[in-house]
Amino acid sequence: MAENGIGASVRRKEDNRFLTGKGNYTDDINVVGQTYAYFVRSPYAHANLNSIDTSAASASDGVVAILTGDDLAEDGIGPLICGVNVTSDDGEPHRAPLHPALAQGKVNYVGDHVAVVIAESLAQAKDAAEKVSIDYGVLPAVASTATAAEVNQQQIHDIAPNNMCYNWPFGDKAAVDAVFETAHKISTLDLINNRMVTNPMEPRAAAGEYNSGTEEITLHVTTQNPHVHRLILSAFNQLAPEHKLRVVGPDVGGGFGVKIFVYAEELVVGWACRKLNRPVKWTSDRTEAFLADAHGRDHVATAEMALDDQGKFLAMRVNTTANLGAYLSTFSTMVPSYLYAFLLAGQYTTPLIYSEVKAVFTNTAPVDAARGAGRPEATYLLERLVDVCAEDMGLDPAEIRRRNFIPVEAFPYQTPVVQCYDSGDYPAALEKALQLADYDGFTARAEEAKSRGMLRGIGLSSYVEACGIAPSAAVGQLGAGVGLWESAQVRFNPTGNVQVFTGTHSHGQGHETTFAQLVTEQLGVPIENIEVIHGDTAKTQFGMGTYGSRSLAVGGVAIAKACEKLIEKGKKIAAHALEAAEGDIEFADGDFTVAGTDKAMNIADVAFNAYVPHSYPEGLEPGFDENAFFDPLNFSFPAGTHVCEVEVDPETGEVEIVKYSAVDDFGKLINPMIVEGQVHGGIVHGVGQALLEGCQYDDDGQLITASYMDYAMPRADNVPSFDIDYAPTNPPHNPLGVKGCGEAGAIGAPPAVINAISNALGVKHIDMPATPEAVWRAAQSAA
Amino acid sequence: MEMISEQRIPASRDAVWAALNDTEILKQAMPGCESFDAIEENKFEAKLTAKVGPVKAKFKFQVELSEINAPNGYTILGEGLGGVAGFAKGSAKVDLTEDGDETILAYNVQARVGGKLAQLGARLIDGTAKKMADDFFGNLTDILGGSLESSD
Repeated sequence: MAENGIGASVRRKEDNRFLTGKGNYTDDINVVGQTYAYFVRSPYAHANLNSIDTSAASASDGVVAILTGDDLAEDGIGPLICGVNVTSDDGEPHRAPLHPALAQGKVNYVGDHVAVVIAESLAQAKDAAEKVSIDYGVLPAVASTATAAEVNQQQIHDIAPNNMCYNWPFGDKAAVDAVFETAHKISTLDLINNRMVTNPMEPRAAAGEYNSGTEEITLHVTTQNPHVHRLILSAFNQLAPEHKLRVVGPDVGGGFGVKIFVYAEELVVGWACRKLNRPVKWTSDRTEAFLADAHGRDHVATAEMALDDQGKFLAMRVNTTANLGAYLSTFSTMVPSYLYAFLLAGQYTTPLIYSEVKAVFTNTAPVDAARGAGRPEATYLLERLVDVCAEDMGLDPAEIRRRNFIPVEAFPYQTPVVQCYDSGDYPAALEKALQLADYDGFTARAEEAKSRGMLRGIGLSSYVEACGIAPSAAVGQLGAGVGLWESAQVRFNPTGNVQVFTGTHSHGQGHETTFAQLVTEQLGVPIENIEVIHGDTAKTQFGMGTYGSRSLAVGGVAIAKACEKLIEKGKKIAAHALEAAEGDIEFADGDFTVAGTDKAMNIADVAFNAYVPHSYPEGLEPGFDENAFFDPLNFSFPAGTHVCEVEVDPETGEVEIVKYSAVDDFGKLINPMIVEGQVHGGIVHGVGQALLEGCQYDDDGQLITASYMDYAMPRADNVPSFDIDYAPTNPPHNPLGVKGCGEAGAIGAPPAVINAISNALGVKHIDMPATPEAVWRAAQSAA
Repeated sequence: MEMISEQRIPASRDAVWAALNDTEILKQAMPGCESFDAIEENKFEAKLTAKVGPVKAKFKFQVELSEINAPNGYTILGEGLGGVAGFAKGSAKVDLTEDGDETILAYNVQARVGGKLAQLGARLIDGTAKKMADDFFGNLTDILGGSLESSD
């Protein structure tokens, strides 16, 4: 292993600037002549826009312009798009209502964008916004996921009868139904997957600047995928041609999915800066983030499992209603369909699965991918159902899992729901996790807790997730409008240091360190001589960005492939410089050597030589700079077992997580410290969903959890110190042997926590978030 | 939210009814009210300042009286816009019953809020609305010469 190479817990290079206040975030961008945008948002969930009177506001101090949906339409700026098609059961594509960046004729959720005020200062913009007079014709609102598609509901979009976006069945219903007819046992569960507001620490922001000399727009924006942003803004929104639009995602302070999407504010800022020929900046405040960031989850589902007399899963049937909000966000349609139903096999050999997903519109903020995106919903449903099965069959939750696991020798394993798992050892992770959690000692601990009047419970979650989100051919077949490969360019400078340009991006995961470790391992260049560059369309080649735990598993491999090309080219140069045959050149630890001799040349010297090619023969190309694109053959399938142990105070309903053990399979770890941090963050995210976070709209579609007073985020005192270990397997299709790790915790944790609480209370189910009130009520009803 | 309560007012039903139709008295009774003007028959415009938790705003209310059944009661419908604070709307059904020389004023108030009021103050709305209703009918009782005696 190279020093600071693969497997080393190298301290994060980027933390020097993050921890000393030198990070450069979008809101840090300030330029001469900058103006400030403030959005006038609908206070109503559903209303006709009868008129907008901006005359008083326009006369307000400092106002540069007030723009509305009419101005957007006049300038031919296109509506926001959804990039993935899902075919409904009527054979038609999903219903995609018009999604203008500024409302045209109608508003459809509280926070919907009615107008933008641009002024010399933010205070002036806000003052003027108060003077924009809008006549709303208020309409009844649809706010409930479960009832949105009922026949007598208010219609939100003409194009979507019964507020249906799509009804998407998958699987052989007749075959599944037949198994249910004759099964030994049928276990059923109704559950809700609670709606979450993602809440990255840095709110969204956009800063646009137009150069009338070059006719180029530069848009700094909080994005996880600057090239995807540029592509959509250019090709679908007609903001500017791609070569005249530079999108920069500078440092990004957390994303968790919410910064994948192209939002109204960004498009409006980019458009306005050119229209006004003034720099324009917008930064979301926290309430705006609650109102208008894409939300996550929000399913209502019924799950049924047919079992034989040994507790083997014979068939599963799932009926899900998924709330997509008022409009389709950029990738929203794929979340409750392909990313959800295709994960319903989990770690088990269930041979037949039938899923029906009804995606509905409501007068609420758009819902799209959030850390895990579809896989947490699938895993929660399945792992809760498995515990219900265990109870129904009188089996220990660990035992019923053992009986149904896909055996190690069955890999690659074709599930009945499209995914073909490449590698895994589920029993190994389970047994290791049970040991780590001292599962056998639980009964004694529960007895001891009982003596103190506390209810102790233990819960398992054996998850598998599909990340990397690839290959392009597969996602293309499914209806994605993009390919899902990744790109890299590895460039030596003449003095021997290296710039690594990656097409992915970072929203805080430490890529500048992890990717540098890959390069130092492969090329032998000291890590301090390697700089990772991302997030700027003017600097890096086209790339797909960071989401779906794909950056290392896909982007890392692209870097490794570019390094391979450098080594191949370096051999040619070294052969020339060392006057040897190319076939005799070997490369190791940063040195090109002539086999069997002591003649050697360091890769830094090769780089210098490549840029000073005084005596190169014909055919030997100067320069030391290679790029590569990697399109994987399959998704990446991390998996593991999490064990959560809780103590519930039946008097107060308070839940304390007393022990949490996680054993994950992430393949090879590049930087164990960073991986551990990702696991910690993911688990806390999942604990937040399980215990605390619940986004609530009232019956009128008013968001009543729009601040941290009413929306509880997890804090350090909500979680114990975690016990983490790994049970790696080697993914055969991944050249680095790595799997994704960024979402696993958020996928594995919610069912582990709820299984533990259900176990403690002796109840079949409790919905998330299991707040003290909900737990207390459940405890009362169980007692 | 919904509030049902009643007040005993030591005045005749006719006097209470008159007060309920006197914009000057209504203005005095309404907490935070700056103006209460008739704009057409049974329609009024009221301006008042209200504070719900962290949100304090001036509201412009359109008030309409309906189901008028003199002197037994009426229903007040109100819809107020508070600018960036959002909006509030509600109704109060008021019933007057004679009880000797006194009058029992029963009310059923329904209120809803939207916009910033809902986003930041939803959990405080019930308490705030109850306090405003109590204050209003309490003030009315005071103005009519009685003392507050709530019986909810």
